[in-house]
Amino acid sequence: MEDPKVLIARRAAQELKSGDIVNLGIGIPTLVVDFLPEDLHVFIHTENGMLGVGPTPEGDADPDLINAGKLPITEQIGCSFFSSADSFAMIRGGHIDVAILGSLQVDGKGRVANWSVPGQAILGVGGAMDLLVGAKRVIVTMNHTTRDGQPKIVETCTYPLTAERPVDLIITELAVFAVERDGLVLKELMPGATLEEVRAKTGAKFVSEIG
Amino acid sequence: MRNKVVDKTWAISQIPDGATIMCGGFGLSGAPLELIDELYRQGQKNLVIISNNIGEPGVGLGRLLENGQIRKVIGSYFTSNRTVGEFYLAGKLEVELIPQGSFAEAIRAGGAGIGGFYTKASAGTLLSKDKETKIIDGELYVLQYPLKADFALICAHKADRYGNLVYYKTARNFNPVMATAAKTVIVEVDEIVEPGDLDPENIVTPHLYVDYIVKREVPRWKTQKS
Repeated sequence: MEDPKVLIARRAAQELKSGDIVNLGIGIPTLVVDFLPEDLHVFIHTENGMLGVGPTPEGDADPDLINAGKLPITEQIGCSFFSSADSFAMIRGGHIDVAILGSLQVDGKGRVANWSVPGQAILGVGGAMDLLVGAKRVIVTMNHTTRDGQPKIVETCTYPLTAERPVDLIITELAVFAVERDGLVLKELMPGATLEEVRAKTGAKFVSEIG
Repeated sequence: MRNKVVDKTWAISQIPDGATIMCGGFGLSGAPLELIDELYRQGQKNLVIISNNIGEPGVGLGRLLENGQIRKVIGSYFTSNRTVGEFYLAGKLEVELIPQGSFAEAIRAGGAGIGGFYTKASAGTLLSKDKETKIIDGELYVLQYPLKADFALICAHKADRYGNLVYYKTARNFNPVMATAAKTVIVEVDEIVEPGDLDPENIVTPHLYVDYIVKREVPRWKTQKS
């Protein structure tokens, strides 16, 4: 079976349109750059100061050419570099078409919690709060459950929220949910998943458009 | 014209205990590692460090932290060095977490004479619970004050002798804004050239921001690119 992370990244890539300016966050999102369909031409923005990120290098990597996850990348033709202040002016200023983020939890209203776990040594907000207020469309990519099998989509987040603004789409290895006015709507089952399994592993109410 | 090219031992010896220091870099990329290692060697204590991350365990600012030289850190992402969280939970370190965009803009504001700004980032979250807010055009914004420092330790690719700087790829990150926001700015570079050698159209940091230039003993491309 395909690695769930790859399955999620490949599905997220299908949400993009040619010409989109796309910011990729740490984790599964940064994988998306390696699964873009050949006929799709998008411009990947990375918060640490680059527009025009190319695929992961094969062989020698340059340690000063990295993405938000501090992993090696390549330069697309027509790329540019800029400071962190300029990079976040682009993000807050509404110049990013799509942001793809990871998350620890998402609540029934589609709001994410991904910067703090009370009592644990997780102290990292990074660019998530800026992306959530600035990007035109936000997609969450994450595993459907935690390592010990607990739902990550929950009615109310137990971790602090990253923003009041809900995301637009949630993609896991089991399902694709859209966030609509009244909450979560199950749009799609991922290959091999069943509605029963999604119901059993989702902690928030949702409307199903499946079957 | 004052000579700005100095050796790192002298440059770092200007920093007293208790100083507030900005350090460039996103992870280790663009971090002034030779200046930070010299600060480790000289052992200044009680430092307040303004940096997006705090190095990695045993590397860069991570060594200063483990060595007990840092009192407080201000930045956006410390999860990548678990030692920061451990010191914080043990009550050995103050931590101020700011969204990365607010952090970068606060430094820009600090260097540009701006007394603060309102941003939507963090509005309505636990992170901004003690900050002033304002409704602008019907949306909630949070007041972010500027950040300034006594010293900025930054990293660039090339400097001319005046202190004009150009950077290298994603090693640029916070370095150009930090160059503007500290009383004394020390830059570590791979190469020092003569005024006129850098294309004026390509200079990112004009020389008026830079006080001291230190040439790296080992160019980054030799230490990092195998």
